[in-house]
Amino acid sequence: MWDYTEKTKEHFLNPRNVGFIDDFDGIGEVGSLACGDALKLTFKLGGDGRIADAKFQTFGCASAIASSSALTEIIKGMTLDEAAKVTNEDIADYLGGLPKEKMHCSVMGRDAMEKAIAYYRGEAEKKIEGEIVCECFGVTDKQIERAVTENHLTSIEEVTDYVKAGGGCGNCHDKIQFIIDQVLGNTPRAPKKPEALTNIQKIKMIDATLEREIKPALNQDGGDIELVDVDGNRVMVKLRGTCASCSKSQVTLKHYVETKLKELVSQELVVEEV
Amino acid sequence: MKAVYVDNNATTRVAPEVVEEMLPYFSELYGNPSSMHAFGGSVGTRLKEAREHVANLLGAQPEEILFTSCGTESDSTAIHAALQSHPEKRHIITTRVEHPAVKNLGEHLAKNGYRTTFVPVDRQGRLDLEFLYKNLSDDTAIVSVMWANNETGTIFPVEEIARKVRQRGIVFHTDAVQAVGKIPINMADSSIDMLSLSGHKLHAPKGIGVLYVRKGTKFAPFLMGGHQEGGRRAGTENTASIIGMGRAARLAMASMEDENTRVKALRDKLERELLKRVPASMINGDPENRLPNTTSIAFEYIEGEAILLLMDQYGICASSGSACTSGSLEPSHVLRAMGVPFTAAHGSIRFSLSIYNTEEEIDFIIEKMPPIVERLRQMSPFWRQGQIA
Repeated sequence: MWDYTEKTKEHFLNPRNVGFIDDFDGIGEVGSLACGDALKLTFKLGGDGRIADAKFQTFGCASAIASSSALTEIIKGMTLDEAAKVTNEDIADYLGGLPKEKMHCSVMGRDAMEKAIAYYRGEAEKKIEGEIVCECFGVTDKQIERAVTENHLTSIEEVTDYVKAGGGCGNCHDKIQFIIDQVLGNTPRAPKKPEALTNIQKIKMIDATLEREIKPALNQDGGDIELVDVDGNRVMVKLRGTCASCSKSQVTLKHYVETKLKELVSQELVVEEV
Repeated sequence: MKAVYVDNNATTRVAPEVVEEMLPYFSELYGNPSSMHAFGGSVGTRLKEAREHVANLLGAQPEEILFTSCGTESDSTAIHAALQSHPEKRHIITTRVEHPAVKNLGEHLAKNGYRTTFVPVDRQGRLDLEFLYKNLSDDTAIVSVMWANNETGTIFPVEEIARKVRQRGIVFHTDAVQAVGKIPINMADSSIDMLSLSGHKLHAPKGIGVLYVRKGTKFAPFLMGGHQEGGRRAGTENTASIIGMGRAARLAMASMEDENTRVKALRDKLERELLKRVPASMINGDPENRLPNTTSIAFEYIEGEAILLLMDQYGICASSGSACTSGSLEPSHVLRAMGVPFTAAHGSIRFSLSIYNTEEEIDFIIEKMPPIVERLRQMSPFWRQGQIA
């Protein structure tokens, strides 16, 4: 049984604002029967430009219904600019939190809000942004990237919890991991520890990072990496197997190995292939 | 609030007679049946009796009965035994609608040097037998087909399959966890080589399983160690549970008729009335060849977890094939294998009765379900669309 908060249960049992506004100003529909949940949101603006009424229809589990109910309560009285800033986190917080496997319900609420505002502003029927990564649930790279960035996700499992991607056949797991790595690599890191590493400490850490983190990832694609030497902050490595002949080996080096070493050992490191 | 429990394919109430029989073995009669002294030896005598009771339920010989810790252990033991006894064979046949105990093991083996064939089913949940027979080969070590499906209650023709499989000299195993105690089973007149059952599905406690191994079937133990169970399953016997299992086996034989008359009639009433009172509802699975206690009903355009939680408000306990209840994002593999459309799969509810259910309880469910379904449909964006379409 899911560990729902009292507030989530209360909103599921007594959902607010169920229905459909016939003369709506904005409408947003997300999800599908196949996906297992769907939400149709309508709102009506008042003379003051604030959301005077909002209603929803939801197909889905208890947390999907509660999230929809929470969303309509949150946005009532807001201007569209304010409503546009409502995040999935806000919806989850309003309910006192959601089980992590159910976070996608709050994301569905946020997405419906955005679509409804876009409809009102005449930006409707925008093409799906990005490329589909998860075929099972029709999730794009942009959606995944956004969920990872906004919610500080670090694993495929978390991405599945938030946007469902990867929750079906699992064929897209590598692509999702790649997106996570890219986002993490670009995220500003916490300030470095003040004390510098001694040479021997640095070499040991580089070696351990290569063995533990980098090699297994390259091995999966039939490649391998060997540490040749460390000179100051220059890390010299030799690539073998498919990595060596792959035209993307430069990309692999720059974007993957260096990012990982910078993240886990020192910001100053530069990787060179020898 | 009193629980109205119709989730007996998940687990059952331990029969009061079973509890009573077990209690002394948790307290004063704590001896080890392997001991040389009479204090332990007397427990051994009771285990022997329990083994005979289970053998009687299955129409088997006592020495063909092995006690394990659960249905899953029995399944794993059977499949590993066949693979180890025929190391030159690298192929397994099972079905797409098995319980995870067999399905996930089949998938695991497929990633570890074996070839696993999953036999498909049709829209009614019936096995494609031709596909199964076509895939039998000299490389096939074991065929494992469940006797009855836990989600739909569909009964498979395992006796017929076992005969064909035996003609090819291949081992046949059946996961009979949902069948034993509900329908008659007679191993004396059967080609089935191994059969798994689980205590807690027939009013014995959790933590006790049985594997039937036909005399003469090549075997290799899964758990190695002591000499217990004739060296075929090591580990000190779960004495209280084995004794409880023996009592439950006797009860199952005594209540078999009730199960197939009164319980079946209650199930039929529940099903008939719900289909009549709830529009856009249908039965999943083969309505003919079916366990007497099970019905899986799809309520279209709504989602199972929400239905279950509203039922829970009235203390009604059932299960759903929906994605949201399992923690995965896709609906049940059984319903998907049958090609149940998504409109129906997400809103499928399984009711599974037992001899403890009363007519009042069934009437209560019949009264409460239609408004629950209606309430959720009023919230669903697909309901009116679906009605128009």
